[in-house]
Amino acid sequence: MVCMTTPVEAEQTQVEPAGADLGAEDRPWQTIVWNDPVNLMSYVTYVFQKLFGYSRDHATKLMLDVHHKGRAIVSSGSKEKVEGDVTKLHAAGLWATMEHSS
Amino acid sequence: MKTWRKRGGKVLAGFEQQEAAVLRGLVSQLEDMLRARAEEAPQDPLAELTGIRTGPAESPDDPVLSRLLPDYHRLDPDNPTKEDLDSAAALRSLHEPELVEAKVAVAAVVMETLPRDGGDVRLTFEQADAWLSALNDVRLALGTALDVTEDMPDELPDDDPRSPHLGVYHWLTWVQESLVQALAA
Repeated sequence: MVCMTTPVEAEQTQVEPAGADLGAEDRPWQTIVWNDPVNLMSYVTYVFQKLFGYSRDHATKLMLDVHHKGRAIVSSGSKEKVEGDVTKLHAAGLWATMEHSS
Repeated sequence: MKTWRKRGGKVLAGFEQQEAAVLRGLVSQLEDMLRARAEEAPQDPLAELTGIRTGPAESPDDPVLSRLLPDYHRLDPDNPTKEDLDSAAALRSLHEPELVEAKVAVAAVVMETLPRDGGDVRLTFEQADAWLSALNDVRLALGTALDVTEDMPDELPDDDPRSPHLGVYHWLTWVQESLVQALAA
């Protein structure tokens, strides 16, 4: 990602998959966002807040995970929910994929 | 143009004639590419009956379109599993029509609100969000074509064929950053 303004302090923390109440037999799906050389850090944070209703702090933490670790899990849940999240992220121009959590 | 500013529930900026021409030109090229892709969709008599559209199952060959319409799974470039390939094809076919439609819709908002000869642009917050997505799509397209990296210099050597276009890319980056800052303020 690209930073145009003052860099935010890098804080390396573990990403916790966003919660979803599911039975043990029902492994949730996860939405992954990958780093890319075009998207702006400020824009990625804005998109996470807007699409998922995350606080600015949480959205910033996820954005920094994408930037520093190359990827972050940004949401999880049923296949249908995650498909919808990936589609919304693609509409916003972020590079997102989905996977079945192991 | 100067930076975007938020005033009275609107977001405002002024564009020079040349700036408007450049941005409108890029956005309309993108619309054309997306519409052409939508026309590649298989003709399906069932879809006409049910209204459920299906898009192409294959990722676009063109790297720009392929970046704008990514796969739903991260496929191993050398040895993707059949399960992932089948699932990615099914998800693309299911969701690509709505994705292309969303991208064409945000492009249309820019074309409607940015005067052909430049001048004042006044956006509702909803229109401003459409502008952000459209600006991002144009930057993705240009960034892919120019093969930009995260630490792209402000200027490339004169003999680099990408050199004249990089200024436009950096300008678009600045326009988008300024709009995010105005909206987040």
